[in-house]
Amino acid sequence: MGGHLNVNHLLFLGHGALWTIGLSLIALIGGGIVGFVIALARISPLRSVRLLSAAYVQLVQGTPLLVILFLGYFGLAAIGLKMSPLAAASASLTLYVAAYLGEIWRGSIQSVPKPQWEAAEGLALSRTQRMMKVILPQAIRIATPPTVGFMVQIVKNTSLASVVGFVELMRSGQIVNNSLFEPFIVYAIIAAVYFAMCYPLSLFSQKLERRMGRGSANFSLA
Amino acid sequence: MQQTSSSTPIVSLRDVQKSFGSLKVLDGVSFTVERGEVLAIIGRSGSGKSTALRCIDRFEKVDGGEISVCGRRVDLPDVDLRALRQDVGIVFQSYNLFPHLTIEQNITLAPCSVKRMGLAEAKALAHKVLAQVGLEEKIHAYPEQLSGGQQQRAAIARSLAMQPKVMLFDEVTSALDPELTGEVLKVIEQLAADGMTMVMVTHEMGFARSIADRIVFMHRGKVHETGPASILTAPTTPELVQFVGTGNLKS
Repeated sequence: MGGHLNVNHLLFLGHGALWTIGLSLIALIGGGIVGFVIALARISPLRSVRLLSAAYVQLVQGTPLLVILFLGYFGLAAIGLKMSPLAAASASLTLYVAAYLGEIWRGSIQSVPKPQWEAAEGLALSRTQRMMKVILPQAIRIATPPTVGFMVQIVKNTSLASVVGFVELMRSGQIVNNSLFEPFIVYAIIAAVYFAMCYPLSLFSQKLERRMGRGSANFSLA
Repeated sequence: MQQTSSSTPIVSLRDVQKSFGSLKVLDGVSFTVERGEVLAIIGRSGSGKSTALRCIDRFEKVDGGEISVCGRRVDLPDVDLRALRQDVGIVFQSYNLFPHLTIEQNITLAPCSVKRMGLAEAKALAHKVLAQVGLEEKIHAYPEQLSGGQQQRAAIARSLAMQPKVMLFDEVTSALDPELTGEVLKVIEQLAADGMTMVMVTHEMGFARSIADRIVFMHRGKVHETGPASILTAPTTPELVQFVGTGNLKS
């Protein structure tokens, strides 16, 4: 009806795929930075900081990403804060990813055995020194497999940015399909490309997990 | 200053009270440790001996009473914890070496970050304290590559590198088999011979008797009996008679 799938369509999809990767990286980096702050805030000695960060996490984890995206793009525009699709998608994904990474990393920090804290305290290290030199190096090793695993979720969730008109892989697929009316072929291609991005991450995460599973021997290898 | 510090105890607890919830763990504990003295705290599990030890380094906050360590009031809320912990070394039952660092890095970490010591000087210090515990050949090993006894000796070396005025040992051989216990006790014996002030919570009665200048027997959160090591062979209270009589006294 609308012609056949040709190389231009594929190039367009490829362009969309690049934006999916780009948006994933923005979400990972932005969410990583904010998430790190959240993780530290969740274990802060100050009760108010702990409560606030916990509330943030609960709020975001209890809200669909789709709703956050709508709020960011349509909601804020309605009250006069107009953002581009890229900015709205980036901001929404950052908020979303930060809540999850913050929790993953808080758990990793807290799973470093308490006696490690005490040993560091007993040696007169300051709280910052304990964190930077004793706890975080161990927590990072614990956190790496679940963080890589969560990157799969980030990549897949960027597809929701299509609803605010951001042309990543999913949206580019919709556009191509609108001209071709070949939904099976087009969305099969889209699915394959997502899979090709996510599967290596999954494998990598599993490999890391197996390596961690072998025990702390990795400490000397890393 | 030297004059006064040699006459006042390095550690003193006076009427210390501590509860965990409704459980009274320390019920008016008092004892002192003089410079160069080795004090062994003995007693049943749950008698409060480890808690008493941990209060000295303020790993537990007390509910009442007074604790002084090296002229510093540890029970007060504004105590300078980092200064306190430079004066006090603590060694734990579970060694607690840092698994991501080599033995050398474990030892140099605190001198470098807390005392701002240069790395070369800190490494020389690491050699010195490892020689003290007989572990020089393990300087570049990671903790997991060491036996339990070696890890505990490395943990003692790590504490020594901060040149503490008093060392606390919290059941440091409880996780070790008799052979490994022996090598750790030998190190502690040598420290005692070198004049280190030490407070140890221990289940090794034979060791306590041979090394301790004074024994504190704790029972139900109180110091039940205290005196020279001879109280273990001639206990006066029925509780201590029972405690040393239940097979705890290894010869």
